[in-house]
Amino acid sequence: MAAQTLYDKLWSRHLVDELPDGSSLVYIDRHLLHEVTSPQAFSGLRSLGRKPWRLDANIAVPDHAVPTRNRELGVPGIADLIARKQVETLTANCHESGIELIELEDSRQGIVHVVGPEQGLTLPGMTIVCGDSHTSTHGAFATLAMGIGTSEVEHVLATQTLRTRKQKNLRVRFEGELGYGVTAKDLILALIGRIGTAGGTGYAIEYAGSAIEQLSMEGRMTICNMSIEAGARAGMVAYDEKTRAFVKGRPRAPEGAMLEQAHNYWQTLVSDADAVFDREEDFNVSELGPQVSWGTSPEMVTGIGGTVPDIDRVKDESARRNLQRACDYMGLKSGQRLEGLAIDKVFIGSCTNARIEDLREVAHLIKGHKVHSAVKQALIVPGSGLVGLQAEREGLAEVFARAGFEWRSAGCSMCLGMNDDRLSAGERCASTSNRNFEGRQGKGGRTHLMSPLMAAAAAITGELTDVRKF
Amino acid sequence: MQPFETHTGIVIPFNRSNIDTDAILPKQYLKMLEKTGYGPHLFDDERYLDPGDVDTPVADRRLNPECILNQTPYSQGSILLAQANFGCGSSREHAVWALRDFGIRALLAPSFGDIFFNNCFNNGLLPVILDQELIDELFERCGVEPGFELTVDLQNCEIQGGGSTWPFVVEEGRRQNLLQGFDEIGLTLERSDAIRHYEAGRKIQEPWLFR
Ligand code: SF4
Repeated sequence: MAAQTLYDKLWSRHLVDELPDGSSLVYIDRHLLHEVTSPQAFSGLRSLGRKPWRLDANIAVPDHAVPTRNRELGVPGIADLIARKQVETLTANCHESGIELIELEDSRQGIVHVVGPEQGLTLPGMTIVCGDSHTSTHGAFATLAMGIGTSEVEHVLATQTLRTRKQKNLRVRFEGELGYGVTAKDLILALIGRIGTAGGTGYAIEYAGSAIEQLSMEGRMTICNMSIEAGARAGMVAYDEKTRAFVKGRPRAPEGAMLEQAHNYWQTLVSDADAVFDREEDFNVSELGPQVSWGTSPEMVTGIGGTVPDIDRVKDESARRNLQRACDYMGLKSGQRLEGLAIDKVFIGSCTNARIEDLREVAHLIKGHKVHSAVKQALIVPGSGLVGLQAEREGLAEVFARAGFEWRSAGCSMCLGMNDDRLSAGERCASTSNRNFEGRQGKGGRTHLMSPLMAAAAAITGELTDVRKF
Repeated sequence: MQPFETHTGIVIPFNRSNIDTDAILPKQYLKMLEKTGYGPHLFDDERYLDPGDVDTPVADRRLNPECILNQTPYSQGSILLAQANFGCGSSREHAVWALRDFGIRALLAPSFGDIFFNNCFNNGLLPVILDQELIDELFERCGVEPGFELTVDLQNCEIQGGGSTWPFVVEEGRRQNLLQGFDEIGLTLERSDAIRHYEAGRKIQEPWLFR
């Protein structure tokens, strides 16, 4: 057989049928649901008298619109009545259809992309979909994981398959040793800065190279998570000992002889040595410093020592207009330095960076320091209830509280501001989330994307800071 | 699904690239449970001067006169012209529902966000990929002739307007699906046997996935 990439292998293993319309019918092993993109899919099924194809492939958890305070009150404690109705609708849909639901009061509740791997619902070799673009996160486990729209959610519920088209193969190799203060987040931001937010459109990305091999599973998830910000629906990393160690012992992972059988198969989930990629991007990470976004698209990013681009020197008129608009929105000037820029709020959380490793790094850095008096709010929101409990057990939560951070319950929170954690117009935020779009964290809010270490340093100094000098 | 054959309408020139689905439909409206009712909130952050939420009566809000969707004749427009990577970001199909609800039937851009592109086809909205030069030319035409109209003809894969005709390419399978307005779930369910057969094989190969 011809040499195959990891993506080719996952694709061919899941191919059910080629369809006359030129698309392919791909089998879906795991379908994750949340309250925001599923209600219309359930109504669609109901209106035509259709039923879910296979209940045990589905699992639902509310995360997007849930409050991060007063959670002991459960669903009745959601003050926003419309958001409450949405969570109640998810609950009712799950009860009616028989789909398993992790409820708000459950300690396993959290952001769907943190919960999946944590529970062993994400296993190597799977196809995983969710009505959420950051489903690419799960690709860290050598899975084919993609975000889908609500019509597709309905299709997957009804048929256990997705009609989709094969993408091209792009390999991104990060080689070298990461310097002090440089993390997985910096790698992915630098990649997006280089290839642009449409750079990966039409590709499935495989991340490889010595720097990826060195990374923890948490770091790999951070990178795969933001594949969508590079335009790619899916990002993935080959199976290795780290994957094996992470999966072992998870509640839904196979055990004993079955684990061995699974492991034997999972070991094949790597690109063949002579596999050919349609495109390659190579990065030497040894020279890379911490990254920070300055504008309103994740591609508007630079090293912390960098500046806003000099707009007058940009030739293309439409590019210039875009840069100028971003500058105006962000309250920045052409050529302005980023280091030292005063911030109003800090958000440490989201499916990009709210796992235990992220919180440990933050706690380690801020221990003995205080959030700067000019910072109006510094939030830390764990990715799941279990991450939260772990952080409390390890004493991290206490470190956060003592430093003046607000320690909250799990959810998407200020990543998209569907609940009451959000920015007001003009507020500037150091954020570990994944999108700095206009209005993403609140109408008129100004988001600077960065790693948890960088956000923590900004919280203490009250300004964008090079964590290496902190 | 609503079929699409041919459509004539006013072109709304939105001369920006990387327009994301958060801009097309801000997050507060993702709390709604239906597929309709999003039209008044299309580009909500730009469209109104004051902030709004699901329960804010639209009539009480101040329209932003600078937003093209609030200007005549564009408030009646049905073809949106934009720059590269339109619809990038979040998978929210609500963005497509908002465009459709406002009355948009076709989108013209040099490229689109992947998930968004799929979502359009699933809702009877036609996204057309055109060369950058043609996109720029269309922006110029809109500049000299406000209210410039185009016809997007999916039968013949042509765009006509201002005395010119330009061909466009759309994948044949997607074209047929749009022309017929197929129920894709129904079509897939006709292949239930193939899915069941496949599933039985996987149960043997990877039994740990079926528990
Ligand atoms: S944390 Fe943010 S990016 Fe992740 S699923 Fe939630 S809203 Fe989406």
